[in-house]
Amino acid sequence: MVDFSLWDIVRNLLLAARWTVGLSLIAFVGGSVVGLLLLVLRLSKLPGMDTLVGAYVQLFQGVPLLVQLFLAYYGLGLFGINTSPWVAAGLGLTLYASAFLAEIWRGCVASIPLGQWEASQSLALSFYEQLRYIILPQALKIAVPPTVGFLVQVIKGTALASVIGFMELTKVGKTIANATFSPFLIFSCVAIMYFVLCYPVSLYAKRLERKIHAHR
Amino acid sequence: MPIVDIAGLRKSYGPNEVLKGIDLQVSPGEVIAIIGKSGSGKSTLLRCINGLEEFQSGSLRVDGKPLLHNNAAAMRELRQHVGMVFQSFNLFPHLTVGKNIMLAPGLVKKKDSAANEAHARQLLDRVGLSEKFDAFGEQLSGGQQQRVAIARALAMEPAVLLCDEITSALDPELVGEVLRVVESLANEGMTLLMVTHEMSFARKVANRVVFMHQGLVHEIGTPAEIFGSPKTPELQQFLGSLQDTVH
Repeated sequence: MVDFSLWDIVRNLLLAARWTVGLSLIAFVGGSVVGLLLLVLRLSKLPGMDTLVGAYVQLFQGVPLLVQLFLAYYGLGLFGINTSPWVAAGLGLTLYASAFLAEIWRGCVASIPLGQWEASQSLALSFYEQLRYIILPQALKIAVPPTVGFLVQVIKGTALASVIGFMELTKVGKTIANATFSPFLIFSCVAIMYFVLCYPVSLYAKRLERKIHAHR
Repeated sequence: MPIVDIAGLRKSYGPNEVLKGIDLQVSPGEVIAIIGKSGSGKSTLLRCINGLEEFQSGSLRVDGKPLLHNNAAAMRELRQHVGMVFQSFNLFPHLTVGKNIMLAPGLVKKKDSAANEAHARQLLDRVGLSEKFDAFGEQLSGGQQQRVAIARALAMEPAVLLCDEITSALDPELVGEVLRVVESLANEGMTLLMVTHEMSFARKVANRVVFMHQGLVHEIGTPAEIFGSPKTPELQQFLGSLQDTVH
């Protein structure tokens, strides 16, 4: 048994938390970009797009994230792409986040009254101009609280990347626990760190929501 | 040459045919009031004229421009000639009154911003709201919002203005201020097609009144003919039912 002081444990977990934050950011930014693209495709009324994007969303919502990460990790390997856990986890979580964000945002766009589309259409705005100047600015305001709320899900979701060998908070916690034989202490520390990461984000989402309702 | 030329226009929602062959020619500067029971197709007809609704057969031209649903460039061209004002105002709530008016001329007509702002202020002045340039829609009364919506439509300098029951969502005391603006437009020679329930206004301002019934132009004529000596029993019944409600 290796002798770990509490400070050793906390220090190692803090170092690992950086990768949890990094992976969350990659997934969130990547998921936002892909999600926005999916949203625009879905709204574009191009033939078949609604069905296609709908199927994509259903697929990622209907398969556990853990299984998606396995598929990303082993699937990329199958195509001869040498996958690091970084790439597989980043890709898996990006696709997962994109599906959820596309669906959240679609709901926000759907809540914009039809009259806004009709009025801007009557003023000869193109589809792109309608989205850019009329629909998305209004939808964005509604979308911020649920989007920030979803970030919490992404942060917690990164824990699953531990199973494909990604050295984030949970994986490092497990490694230390194996070495110290005090899993309860270690995972309590891990839990506290997740909470410290997620709680402010949740709180912020709630505050944003209150702010929007106050403006109505 | 008519500025709006509708021939044999048919429109259905699934198996339900709501317009059953409409023919209507509107001359430049004419004011047309479209009346009829709800469900007679009058709003649908109006919404066909700027392509908010697609129709299955027939033809429609505005200012010589044909309406082609599948041609985005042609639709953009046509919509610059047709303004529309809605029952529910549909101001853009995230933009100020001034930006509501300046958005489309800036984007679509590439108007430079100084000229655009000057024009917007002039239009606001015309609808009696010159001090509301920086206000948001929610700070205005319904009547004021609707007058902004009219100014917004006029900013595109349309050849034809469509008004779809534009006073129906207003409190009675606010109807007058909107109708006065519409009347001034009519006097200045704007071509207007308006679906309306304001019969006394139609009688006073319209050059011709169209009575729609079951998806067809059932009777058409001057206000004196339509209100004074209705020919068909359907129109007589419609006008009679209005008199019952007006005490």
